[in-house]
Amino acid sequence: MSSTFSPIPLDDLVAQVRDGMLLAVPADYSGAPMAATRALIRRGAKNLRLVTVPQSTLQADILIGAGCVSEIETAAVTLGEFGTAPCFTRAVLAKKIKVVDATCPAIHAGFQASEKDVPFLPLRGILGSDLLKHRSDWKTVDNPMASGNDPLLLIPAIRPDVALFHAPMADREGNIWIGRRRELATIAHASKTTLVTVERLYDGSFFDDEKMAAGALPAFYVNAVAVAERGAAPVGLFGEYEADIDHLRAYAKEARTEAGFAAYLAREIGAAKAAA
Amino acid sequence: MSDCRPEELLAATLADQIPDVRHIAVGAASPIPAAAALLKQARARDRVHVTILHSRRYNSFTDGGRELFDAAAQGRIDVFFLGGVQIDGEANINLVGLGDYPNLTQRFPGCFGAPYMAFVVPNVILFREEHSTRTLVKKVDFVSAPGWSPEGVWRRGGPKALVTGLAVMPFDASRRRFRLASVHPGHTAEDVREATGFDFDMPASVPTTPVPDLSTLGLLRGPIADKLREFYPDFADRVFPVPA
Repeated sequence: MSSTFSPIPLDDLVAQVRDGMLLAVPADYSGAPMAATRALIRRGAKNLRLVTVPQSTLQADILIGAGCVSEIETAAVTLGEFGTAPCFTRAVLAKKIKVVDATCPAIHAGFQASEKDVPFLPLRGILGSDLLKHRSDWKTVDNPMASGNDPLLLIPAIRPDVALFHAPMADREGNIWIGRRRELATIAHASKTTLVTVERLYDGSFFDDEKMAAGALPAFYVNAVAVAERGAAPVGLFGEYEADIDHLRAYAKEARTEAGFAAYLAREIGAAKAAA
Repeated sequence: MSDCRPEELLAATLADQIPDVRHIAVGAASPIPAAAALLKQARARDRVHVTILHSRRYNSFTDGGRELFDAAAQGRIDVFFLGGVQIDGEANINLVGLGDYPNLTQRFPGCFGAPYMAFVVPNVILFREEHSTRTLVKKVDFVSAPGWSPEGVWRRGGPKALVTGLAVMPFDASRRRFRLASVHPGHTAEDVREATGFDFDMPASVPTTPVPDLSTLGLLRGPIADKLREFYPDFADRVFPVPA
């Protein structure tokens, strides 16, 4: 049966994220793929170019700390109420990674341009921000539809090699249930390859039930699925479980030093040591 | 009113800066602005929508992360709160870092949506609890969002006021200048001048920021604390402890 879908092991899934790829990941409220991130670190991924949609917390921080990332486009990396992201901050100040600073709506617009397969989308606002001085890829043009002077900012399409996120369920046809987290659909639409981990399999098709269908990402956008129970933990997963506050608080403290982060990596991830 | 907590004074003061509007939105990690928005809603005569991004219950977006920005672009969000690790006298805010970017000596999280929201939302209220020459500077090291724009650049709104742990300072974009409107109880206008790294207009006589009355405190400690407990449990427990 050529329509049959079957999930694959987690390690096989992350093997499809190859060194040097442009990797899109969601914010922590939208299915952070933490089990897959730990697997990526264990396999020693290198030179990933990360684009966070639009920001990130623990996921980006441990990928950076473990030496997997050469470049990150982001609107912000922080541990939120637990403070600054320690590995991100260290790596930026030591110039071990390149940061391409952005702003949330520009990242969303870049993905939306890829959804339409157009080279850019225009946005209002942002003009006069120092971001523009460092984003030669963002262009200011005069609105060609207006008669007078009306500057607009053009945001180029963002076309990731691979998108990776975690979601509650995949059905028997490989459709993914993302609920109202529609940015996951946008990320998948915009990316060349989409890899998804899920909490569990759903026995049936989401398209047999209109309520489920409304929150479904069709299987034709999805290249591989792996089951990873509690695959977003210690970050939370929408509608499923809350973040592990104690873990995040302890991480914020422990990862303040390189040695502390190396201990975290060995203990929580089973990675031998942090790459320099 | 000695038993009014600083967070209660700030929430009530922020609420007083919010005009009568239809939709107030509050970004991540902003418990005091969230309390202010809910207070404004509770006291409003007409229906006020409050969106709190940090909340599940008070975040009704169904179209992904872009919807906040698209709704704001269309003018469907009337009030938004922004902070800044540095804020300068022209209401520019810095969320990126200290030093000569990209050669930073300190790195902050990043701009989030500030460079956009500062343009498209009519009433932006700047909020920063720490009022010092470290946070309120002559010129920010990095302009995440400009406080004003030159003529010809489309801009629906921008910063209308700055509320800190010391004072309320309305911003006049046409003059690119803050004015000291009131000083919180226990402080003087001179304290504010000493703690501020930029020049601002200082009237001869500066009133004291009014403390919240009993009915406001009742709202904050009752129904608003209950709502905040869903999405800011630590803050709610600290500021509005449940009586034993």
